[in-house]
Amino acid sequence: MWQYLTDSYNWSGNEGIWARILQHLWYTFAALGLSVVIALPIGLRIGHTRRGAFLAINLGNAARALPSLGLLMIAVLLTNQIGFLPVLIALVALGIPPILASTYAGLSGVDPATIDAARGMGMTGREILTKVEIPIGLPLIISGIRSATLQIVSTATIAALVSLGGLGRYVVDGLKLRDFPQMFTGALLVALLAIVLDAVFALIGRITVSEGLKIG
Amino acid sequence: MRWIGDNLGLIWEQLREHIYLAIIPVILGLIISVPLGYVATRYSWLANPLIAFGGLLYSLPSIALFIVIPALLGTKVLSTINIIIALTLYTVSLLIRNVIDGLRSVPPDVRQSAIAVGYGPLHRLVAVDLPIAVPVIFAGLRVVTVANISMVSVGAVIGIGGLGELFTLGFQKDFLTPVVVGVVLSLALALVADLILVSLQRVLTPWARVSTPVVEVA
Repeated sequence: MWQYLTDSYNWSGNEGIWARILQHLWYTFAALGLSVVIALPIGLRIGHTRRGAFLAINLGNAARALPSLGLLMIAVLLTNQIGFLPVLIALVALGIPPILASTYAGLSGVDPATIDAARGMGMTGREILTKVEIPIGLPLIISGIRSATLQIVSTATIAALVSLGGLGRYVVDGLKLRDFPQMFTGALLVALLAIVLDAVFALIGRITVSEGLKIG
Repeated sequence: MRWIGDNLGLIWEQLREHIYLAIIPVILGLIISVPLGYVATRYSWLANPLIAFGGLLYSLPSIALFIVIPALLGTKVLSTINIIIALTLYTVSLLIRNVIDGLRSVPPDVRQSAIAVGYGPLHRLVAVDLPIAVPVIFAGLRVVTVANISMVSVGAVIGIGGLGELFTLGFQKDFLTPVVVGVVLSLALALVADLILVSLQRVLTPWARVSTPVVEVA
């Protein structure tokens, strides 16, 4: 494995390790971005109005039971093509539930007295949402995006099964060729990528969360 | 539909493998987490590092773990034991937090009463602390069981995946039915497992079923 990793030939070029990492990140962030764009407004709406809470809670739970590989295969077979589109669909489908559920959870956890106080100060619904509910719910919202990211990173690996690039290529190609060092390399890099992304989100959480929430 | 009828044997076999691969790690994980969590509540400096390490471990993609484990332990790459070990690790990494939180939720006066009436440490753990911790431990157990059931399928990438093998089969044959059957059975399995755990929790905590609060005698 070290031989594979330390051979500079394996690092450069179109199919080198750097290129694979960039591809992997591209799939991850494209899917994550789309998931956030879809799930965040819905989660905020449900959390703010408290209507549709049933949906938010159960969607989050049910999604945990959804096998990612099966979802990917269904996306491939339904779109009738292999490549980026079915992978994106499957990854977004996996990314939405955790973000939706924890955005709702973050907002619904805000003390009603705090919201009453905000309303009493003359804040409009929109101001309450952006100045009170979102800042207070932010830790949970970020943790939802964080678990969506982990889901997506690890499922993006499987994307190599349907002929996409990314770090999963090493796993799938290595398996086909019985080239186990190559497989280990891929697996190790995916694990490292997941740890790094997780740390980045932990950092974002620390920076963006209001000082007032950290006391006590 | 015909495919289902023609392949009932295959479906049944993969379903059984799926159950086996998902449930054994939950049991092993529980057996490991309880003593580990107990030790962590006795030596409380251990608790935070253990929980943090568990969080890190849980963030590792399952496919990566399935492949890295044989490299570290020297097991064969294409062996079911890797799936079992990986899922057991996930179970422990998630459950350890719940066991610690659960054991910590035992009220100090209850613990002291148990000591006062002569319970030894082990007897107290089994007869007092663990039953009180059941709801918290089961919350984790439910999450991890459902997660395991969906994660087993990923093993199909390396050729061992219970119902996941129906996914790769459907993909190779460009045929939707096996994939849908696999997804539906996997979801159903998660639902049934969750219901079993909920009922088990009810059986284990009969006091929680009392709907009207017990009137305290002044």
